[in-house]
Amino acid sequence: MALLDVENLAVALPGPRGPLPILHGVSLRVDEGELVGIAGESGCGKSLTAQSLLGLLPPGAKVTGSARFAGTELLGLDARGWQRVRGAGIAMVFQDPTAALHPMLTVGRQLTEHMRVHLRMDRRAANRRAVELLDQVRIPDPERAVRAYPHQFSGGMRQRVAIAIALAARPRLLIADEPTTALDVTVQAGILALLDRLRAETGLAVAFITHDLGVLSSLTTRGYVFYAGRVVETGPTGALLTAPRHPYTAALLGARPHGTQAVGTLRPIPGGPPAPGEAPPGCPFQPRCGYAEPSCGTAPPPLEPVGPDRSAACVVRPHLEVLV
Amino acid sequence: MTTVRNDAEPGAVTTTASRPRPRRHHPLLAFLVKRVAITAGLLLGVTIVTFGLVSVVPGDPVTANLSDQALNDPEAVAAFRAKWGLDQPLYVQYLHYLGNLVQGDLGLSQQTGRAVLDDLLRYVPATMELAIPTMVLALLVGTGIGMLAAVRNGRITDQIVRVGALLGLSTPPFWLSLVVLYVFFYQLGLTPSGGRLSTQFSPPPTVTGMYTVDAALAGQWDVAWDAAQHLTLPVLVLTSLTVAILVRFVRSSMLEVLQQDYIRAAYAKGLPTRTVLRRHLLRAGLVPVITVSGLAFASLLSGTVLVENIFGWPGLGQYAYRSATALDLPAILGVSLFVALVYTLVNLTVDLLYGLIDPRIRLQ
Amino acid sequence: MTIIAPDPVTPDPKAVKALARRGWLGRLRGGRGTGRPIWRQPIAVVALTILAGWLVIALLAPVVAPYDPLAQSPDAYAPPSGTHWFGTDSLGRDVFSRVAYGARLSIPLALAIVSLALLLGGLLGLVAGYVGRFVDEALMRLTDLVFAFPQIILAMAVTAAFGPSTRNAVLALVIVSWPVYARVIRSAVLTMRGEDYLSAARLLGVGPLRALRRDVLPNSVGPAIVLATLELGNAVLLLAALSFLGLGPRPPAAEWGSMVALGSQDLSMWWVSVFPGLAILTVVLAFNVLGDTLRDRIDPRYAKGR
Repeated sequence: MALLDVENLAVALPGPRGPLPILHGVSLRVDEGELVGIAGESGCGKSLTAQSLLGLLPPGAKVTGSARFAGTELLGLDARGWQRVRGAGIAMVFQDPTAALHPMLTVGRQLTEHMRVHLRMDRRAANRRAVELLDQVRIPDPERAVRAYPHQFSGGMRQRVAIAIALAARPRLLIADEPTTALDVTVQAGILALLDRLRAETGLAVAFITHDLGVLSSLTTRGYVFYAGRVVETGPTGALLTAPRHPYTAALLGARPHGTQAVGTLRPIPGGPPAPGEAPPGCPFQPRCGYAEPSCGTAPPPLEPVGPDRSAACVVRPHLEVLV
Repeated sequence: MTTVRNDAEPGAVTTTASRPRPRRHHPLLAFLVKRVAITAGLLLGVTIVTFGLVSVVPGDPVTANLSDQALNDPEAVAAFRAKWGLDQPLYVQYLHYLGNLVQGDLGLSQQTGRAVLDDLLRYVPATMELAIPTMVLALLVGTGIGMLAAVRNGRITDQIVRVGALLGLSTPPFWLSLVVLYVFFYQLGLTPSGGRLSTQFSPPPTVTGMYTVDAALAGQWDVAWDAAQHLTLPVLVLTSLTVAILVRFVRSSMLEVLQQDYIRAAYAKGLPTRTVLRRHLLRAGLVPVITVSGLAFASLLSGTVLVENIFGWPGLGQYAYRSATALDLPAILGVSLFVALVYTLVNLTVDLLYGLIDPRIRLQ
Repeated sequence: MTIIAPDPVTPDPKAVKALARRGWLGRLRGGRGTGRPIWRQPIAVVALTILAGWLVIALLAPVVAPYDPLAQSPDAYAPPSGTHWFGTDSLGRDVFSRVAYGARLSIPLALAIVSLALLLGGLLGLVAGYVGRFVDEALMRLTDLVFAFPQIILAMAVTAAFGPSTRNAVLALVIVSWPVYARVIRSAVLTMRGEDYLSAARLLGVGPLRALRRDVLPNSVGPAIVLATLELGNAVLLLAALSFLGLGPRPPAAEWGSMVALGSQDLSMWWVSVFPGLAILTVVLAFNVLGDTLRDRIDPRYAKGR
């Protein structure tokens, strides 16, 4: 059953010359207890999607479409409604734990303050749970950690603390926005394993945002590939990675230095993604695409089914007989 | 001080090695010793500069202090010079002054004939009675308004606050004093015109030297009330100037904090806006404000010179003004030393407060 | 007496880069990254208009003023009316004419104070930043020393010592205000040294003077302009304060501060003080607004979030 069901989400941010559309009709779904991957280059709208699901868009942003969470429509919630959803329904882990933890509040304070609001716990119960949570995310000596400040932890430990904070008010969906990007490679695997274990133990659903397609493979069941504010391809992760149907997904895999496919040489994607408001009239990927045909320049292709539980927004490549 | 944690990621072969607990008093003590040395150096510099300035320049304390009649009498002039050591070579005068200074003797004021230290002890509390409530009020109001402007960034409230703050910064304090005097004393008759106390009262027994406090301590509530009324207008003027300085700073500091991830993270946790602003924004946004409060306090002392002049407030500013115009060297030196001392003490307090408030900062 | 405290804004690297590429003049003109051109910002336009107005009044004072600013008349303490727009003071002098002539004193004197302080402070800052070591240390301790005095008290002591006069008031204000410029220019030099501009120039065999002209000066012009504009307002205020205390231009000169002081003798004659005070207020406000606007544009650190 869909825990989160986003349909046709479009977001425009205020710009110097009127609203600047950033997201163009994004649809995605996260089921209960599922780990879903969202991939794309920086600036493709992944993080903005996350922000709109928490009502944290910058002032003046225009949002249309629908985002239903556990049966409730999120878009159009008032301040009070958002407060109920945030933390207790949907929680978020940010990219850089150093920036996302308040430097002047103890870890315990940051762990318990929203528990006390959402779960109506008293101080002692909240503190007990704080210690349990830190233990759950494998922070050594949690009783002492509760009294420490964020700067006293290493980067990886800080992200564990941030995850514990996100989990504190028992959310049903965790949005992790590139939670390992700011960390050392050796630390990344630990964080990913932790998220997977938490999902298995608590039935938490996770939307995992990353710019690294490789991260998806080991973790997620399904994935969404974003490009220039659109979903260009979606499907089971394994299929996405081994048999991409959209040229962009294929190119991303080719551009990865350690692809899961047997790709002989590293092929960078020529050019860069279009800046918001400067996308070509047709398919946004057309200028960089090796498969482009004249018809690609007329209108952005819709996301259409290309196989069992799979969709791609391309009019050319899915229909070619031989791939790669 | 808690221990520093090492990473204990699976795979990374590190343990939670705790650094040995540092002996807590050492760094602070070293810090303080260093600061005291710097302060001493600064004060020495102040004496040299002031002494040099006043002694080298054309102005002559003799002409500034003696009447015309006395000036025509060579004996009187010679007596004056001998009395104040002005007939000695400059370096002798300076060393003499320093020698006395080390013993806590600031010399005699040529103008009042009293010990400069006694004069300071008499006038400083009067200025403090203005400065302390001003600082408290200005911090409260400035923080509140500055935070409001930051939260409403770019909107009409923000615009009004920004223009208002600029207006406050651009208003001559002496003129503002006259304007409020005209309105509240002359037109409305709500406040006294100046001074510290109405004539029918005599000053309360001295404890702190601040009339409101001393009167309250002595239980003379009518005197305390009267003194408080005399405080109103000067404090109003000084507060408005200080608020203008603080507001701009608070605003931009808060704006900076508002853009931080941890504020978004606090909202993302589902905390009510009020909690986010009070607990998360205020705490981080006020740290840099501590520094500017120190500056604002120094600027406040400047402001008192003019404000005290208009409200006939017998404080440090008036004393400084009269000593400067009379070229009363011991008094000028006394005031300079006191002000420099306050300045360094304020800076020291600021640095110590930083360490207390921000857990990331360790004294070095 | 005002502190335009440096705001604690951390640099936005992108904005810094974008702005650094275009010289400070380009930043004034506006365009990408700076928002509207300066003449499209209403508040800056108002400030510029006020300043232009005061400049015209200063230049054309004999034309603008209906009376001789020093001419006394038996018509003392006349309230504002058709014949005396701002009334007359205790000696029967026309307040409007005196306010107009006051612009001829305050604005050029403020300019003189700021230029001299900029020259002195800039020079010492260059030397401190360029030579470094002992010289730098000594000069910076000297600035600390000056900062330790409240400006007005030090200025008062200096003027009193040299004797109250216009020249000495200017001198005193230069003495109290040069350290700010020295600090700013010094840090501009140090930044460039940190970025190896200077050492690279040295390697290329460019002499210190050419390095100064090519690298240091162009890069310190922006911050110096911002600071100087803000300090112009401060100079007008401090000068007025000194004259208010009787330490500025000698009477009967039409100086705004001393005119306010004259009016303070009798509160019922409010017009004697109010109008010169408003003159100070508007000039200082205009300089401050302009300085603020310039800072937002020229100093890349403030390009963000404003």
